[in-house]
Amino acid sequence: MRDLAETGRCLGRLALLALLAASGSVANAADIGQIKTARGEVSLERKGQSMPARVGMRLETADVLKTGADGSVGITMADNSLLSAGPNSILSLDRFDYEPTTNQGRFDTQLQKGTLSVISGRMAKQSPDAMTVRTPSAILGVRGTEFVLSAND
Amino acid sequence: MTSKLGRASLALAFALVVAGCQTGTVVLLPEQDGKETAVVVKQRDGDATLREPYAAAKFSNTGPQAYKSSPEEVQAQFGAALAARPERPMEFTLYFVEGKDELTDESKKIVNDVYSEIAKRPVPDVLVIGHTDAVGSHQINDPLSLQRAEFVRAGLIQNKVAPENIVAIGRGKRELVVPTDDGVAHPRNRRVVIFVR
Repeated sequence: MRDLAETGRCLGRLALLALLAASGSVANAADIGQIKTARGEVSLERKGQSMPARVGMRLETADVLKTGADGSVGITMADNSLLSAGPNSILSLDRFDYEPTTNQGRFDTQLQKGTLSVISGRMAKQSPDAMTVRTPSAILGVRGTEFVLSAND
Repeated sequence: MTSKLGRASLALAFALVVAGCQTGTVVLLPEQDGKETAVVVKQRDGDATLREPYAAAKFSNTGPQAYKSSPEEVQAQFGAALAARPERPMEFTLYFVEGKDELTDESKKIVNDVYSEIAKRPVPDVLVIGHTDAVGSHQINDPLSLQRAEFVRAGLIQNKVAPENIVAIGRGKRELVVPTDDGVAHPRNRRVVIFVR
């Protein structure tokens, strides 16, 4: 009898977990990271609209960050990855699928031009193929954590 | 592009022409705690793997050209990007009294450090990760670990941390801090890790 009750509780928890997981993935789609630093001219392009980027703004998949000649921006992603771009940079967050329970997922960014500093996070730590950074001429597969890159500058 | 070319070295200008203006570099940096690290550079015409600190590659149309960079060179080219780095996430670990949603006395003291770290950051957000020991299945431990994380999240909310800035997740028994065989109870594995970022 106790076993049955335990099973029932367990199933209840599972249902709750499934619900949380479902709502979690929705939250992930809409909230994959946050702007933590911004200096000078920085804009955020989302769904064809451009707006000034400010510290505290939440990020979404497909967002593009652009910095001007005096601009720089730093972001923290949901999996603890840290990215920061220097002046005259275009950084697009092409894909961020993160399943936090298993740390599995996929994180693809592209530096179209400019400079970028990367400290990879929990997904790259979990599996070496989870994170890539592209430039117009190269694809970087992230095995370790800290590096810098430039594109077309 | 013209004004930039004026500033670039002759070698870089040549590379620009050869690569059809698709230039760039990547430099591997030292790890903070000396862990192993690597970046694989893939181009249409070849690839290279960077393994050592300051190992670097220039992108070219004949594949990546490996070279050795230096702290000075990195600072000169990437100083602004590095200065814009967000502060690193700060990690705290809280332990539970066995079988209870109650922190150990030692961990209760650490909670104060968590609040002061949150107060220090301009736009804090908090990731709370619950873990269990290796007793029981994923089906049991995943919800239990999430429950522990939600318990800590609720405590943070009670202490005026904004709910929208705290994400609670459960990792079950997937990330044991003390490696044990499956089915082994261990108090150090029953924990909640908090990242303030």
